[in-house]
Amino acid sequence: MLELKHVWKSYRIGALGSKRLTAVRDVSIDIAPGEVLSVVGESGSGKTTIGKMVLQLTSVTRGEILLDGEDVTAHGHAERKAYYRKVQGVFQDPFSSYNPIFKADRIFETVRESYFPGVKRAEWTARVEDVLQGVRLDPGSVLDKYPHQLSGGQLQRMLIARALLLDIKVLVADEIISMLDASTRIDVLNLLGELKERGLGVLFITHDLSLANYISERVVIMRHGAVVEAGATGKVFTDPRHPYSRNLLASVPQLHRKWSDGTAEPEALEPDGDRDVAPPPLTEVDEHHWVAAAP
Amino acid sequence: MSAEVVLQTERIGRRHEHLYFALRNPKVAIGLAIVLALLLLGLFGPFFLSDSPNEYVGPKSEAPSGEYWFGTTYFGQDVFTQFVHGLRSSYLVGTLGGGISFVIGLAVGFTAGYRGGMVDEVLNMITNVVLVLPALAVLIVISSYLEVRGVVSQAVIIGIFSWPWVARAVRAQTFTLANRDYVDLARLTGKRSWQIIVREIMPNMASYLLMSMILLFGGAILFAAMLDFIGLGPANAVSLGTMMQQSMAWSSLHLGMWWWFVPPGLAITLIVGALYITNVGLDEVFNPKLREM
Repeated sequence: MLELKHVWKSYRIGALGSKRLTAVRDVSIDIAPGEVLSVVGESGSGKTTIGKMVLQLTSVTRGEILLDGEDVTAHGHAERKAYYRKVQGVFQDPFSSYNPIFKADRIFETVRESYFPGVKRAEWTARVEDVLQGVRLDPGSVLDKYPHQLSGGQLQRMLIARALLLDIKVLVADEIISMLDASTRIDVLNLLGELKERGLGVLFITHDLSLANYISERVVIMRHGAVVEAGATGKVFTDPRHPYSRNLLASVPQLHRKWSDGTAEPEALEPDGDRDVAPPPLTEVDEHHWVAAAP
Repeated sequence: MSAEVVLQTERIGRRHEHLYFALRNPKVAIGLAIVLALLLLGLFGPFFLSDSPNEYVGPKSEAPSGEYWFGTTYFGQDVFTQFVHGLRSSYLVGTLGGGISFVIGLAVGFTAGYRGGMVDEVLNMITNVVLVLPALAVLIVISSYLEVRGVVSQAVIIGIFSWPWVARAVRAQTFTLANRDYVDLARLTGKRSWQIIVREIMPNMASYLLMSMILLFGGAILFAAMLDFIGLGPANAVSLGTMMQQSMAWSSLHLGMWWWFVPPGLAITLIVGALYITNVGLDEVFNPKLREM
């Protein structure tokens, strides 16, 4: 459904855009309806940039992004607006996603203004309460409140509810639970699972491997802007082939192991080289399992 | 019961909080009272007095009396009539000049801060050029070349040259606010750039904008007085500055005619001083850390 084909992104930085920084290198991924695809990587690996490009908050330098086979690059405001009917996003910081001086339920009101100006107030209120119950929030306790009166988990769920007011096909979830405390995390995560059941495609961007394992069928591991390993979650996590993936997996703290037991020595990795050359190609090592060739 | 009361007050509190503290802040109250009193005098005074403040109506160099409240000039013009008309033109210059610079400053600042990139570099360059122009020198040159110098043209010139510091501050603030996620979220709701600026970014800096409006207003009045005093004021109207310039030109100081130059000087000081006090008071209102109560 959503498809990224050989997507590159480079930013101009410095005075008058004299230098370039390549954030995403030749990334090709696709999401099917009813599927959660996790993009995992360290800070600066380009995973957030991918989310921003899908949401058209930043432009694509090379390559193309297709939705149902059509290029999504919007020309003009009307096309962009129509695109956001189908693709929506939720961001990392729930408190930054709300304008602090307005009430939190204003996010629903702006959706009505933009997309459903003809809907009557009573009918709209019913719809909002409906989607709020859909994300298991009590409308009475979250409506008519300021963002600082609500918890991070409530705010993130309201953002998901906002996306559900539109008839979306793809949801970009950029680190949506990394700023929540542990007890509310699992609720939001389970909510993503329910969206999957409804037939939505979810692009789940995270740095946390265990979350990726919990929620997604397929996973893409990124490093220095390029994909190093991709495939079915079970295969990648049980049999990581790329040294970076192995390091990542080894660095996840586990319940039955203590620091005093000794830490595994991480494998040596190639340093960040020239980002403008194409990254090593992916080769299929197993069914539904691709790994970047060692340089 | 008590929980409900807390919720209730909180709801009312937030909406009217600023107004509540503003009206109870003595600095804001005193400052606004002075500014408004002089404004009312300037607005409605002329209706009860002569339309031509430069008319020779009475004895020359008369001290203040029941008939001529502020006395008369060296030529026998009524100083009070001139004063009231002068107030009116000072407020006009302040509103118009301050308004023009406010609009330009906001437009440039928001565009540069929100668009970023090349647009920002160019606008920022222009801002810096205008900022380092010796404004007074430029104003003197332009004013002396104008064929007819009126209050309005003076206000326009002042407005065109006093926006850069507003633009710079607005640009810097916009840079910070434009990176918040709620701006991205507004984009995802299909909002246009100007809607995002007006409805998401601007309300967050409302207090700053209000204060810069006040400072621009006072600055324009002061600038106009300065131009008037060196003889580049409006040729066809009376202003507080031209009154002082006239009184100096006919050496009222040496003749002991204090009633000629004290009222306009005091009025300018009062207006600008009161605006400054209001500004300090508003700062306390918007910034709870500075509140004394």
